[in-house]
Amino acid sequence: MIRFSSVEKRFGSKTVLDGFSLDIPDGRTTVLLGYSGSGKSVMLKHIVGLLDPDEGTVEVDDQIVHELDRDALATLRGTIGYVFQFAALFDSMTVAENIRLALENRRLDEDAIVARVDESLQLVDLSDAGDRYPAELSGGMKKRVGIARAIALRPRYILYDEPTTGLDPVTAAIMDELMVRTKRELGVTGVVVTHDMRSAFTVGDRIAMLYQGRVRQVGSVEEIKATDDPVVRQFIEGRATLT
Amino acid sequence: MPRVWGPLLITQMRRLGVDSIPISLFLAVFTGIVLALLASNIFTGAVPLYFVGALVAKTIMMELGPVLTGMALAGRVGANIAAELGTMKVTEQIDALETLAIDVHAYLVVPRVVAATLMFPVVTAMAVAVGVVSGWITATSLLDLSTPEFFKGVRQFYHFKDVWFGLLKSASFGCAIAIMGSLTGLRTQGGAEGVGRATTRAVVLGCEAILVLDAFWALILL
Repeated sequence: MIRFSSVEKRFGSKTVLDGFSLDIPDGRTTVLLGYSGSGKSVMLKHIVGLLDPDEGTVEVDDQIVHELDRDALATLRGTIGYVFQFAALFDSMTVAENIRLALENRRLDEDAIVARVDESLQLVDLSDAGDRYPAELSGGMKKRVGIARAIALRPRYILYDEPTTGLDPVTAAIMDELMVRTKRELGVTGVVVTHDMRSAFTVGDRIAMLYQGRVRQVGSVEEIKATDDPVVRQFIEGRATLT
Repeated sequence: MPRVWGPLLITQMRRLGVDSIPISLFLAVFTGIVLALLASNIFTGAVPLYFVGALVAKTIMMELGPVLTGMALAGRVGANIAAELGTMKVTEQIDALETLAIDVHAYLVVPRVVAATLMFPVVTAMAVAVGVVSGWITATSLLDLSTPEFFKGVRQFYHFKDVWFGLLKSASFGCAIAIMGSLTGLRTQGGAEGVGRATTRAVVLGCEAILVLDAFWALILL
């Protein structure tokens, strides 16, 4: 389980998270909605210790992330896959090498690494792309490779940062289907950060709305769809004004 | 930790060292020519002309070889490292490495620093040799100096310390340049403009480090 407790995070004079609290239960996909620049990615980075909170705590499996030493943090990171907004593939490596890199530190033998790479590529329907470089891939393919790299470690959690942003509707739907399939086949807990409502309703079991640095509302897809909170309604209906 | 950076070391030695040989030799050729001509101009009438050999060899081995090569490589190697790591930083590739539980310093910084520390003396040694040969060819072809006279000057003032002093300095320059490039690269912020700033900063800091280290070694060892 991932638990945010009264997390505050500031960058200079700008407060991004301001008393942010949220429980992310195991085995389900929690979607965090929010405006661009509202701190959704900042929230994700706290889970893997890329950022430390100024106040409050982030716990993963009852461990306070920012208090972990280097080895413990590395062990924790081994249980979490992170899919970056722009994939963040290593551009000097082929697709297969990108996935291998994640595995080479894991004391797996060569056969196991090759099998895991093939299996991960197969799961994202890119079995024939192993020898290609990131520059030769489309945006959607890069994101799928990002997922393959994240799941190669067989994580307990997968964090998706804006997985459908910048994709055409069909490719975005393929990404949604892939996230659902990943959860179903690997049984991972998902955290998806997005402002794409269609994607949120497709992949989410629970949906939370981040507004002004804290959670405005959290609930099931049905609860969010039926909300009477004007801020949440405005966001899910994509209206320019509150009323 | 060597398990992480060991396999990357050879690649970095080639990229930072072997690929830097042409620019270093180019510099060395012209440094040798200018030094020989300058020495003959200074010594005219007052000092025997075979001192040209001494000045060319001594100056190139102890100072100009390491420092000029270091300056050139601060541009080439320092900028290369800062731009590469800076681009990785702004495209979240560094964050991706961290989330894969890979030690960024062991994976990216250590192989570059070790490679530069090992390869700068090799490149400098080649530059010194080429610079002396260039000075010799200039002295024998443009000045009224024979080969035996030139090498008489070289031998008369040669000490083994001249060689290791220059190579030790160049190793420290390589280490400093790679550290400056890596640190500025890893601290890059703000997209393409940030990468440009980091690259410039790496070159400036690398050059400054060379001058400070040059004075440091002169104070300690001379």
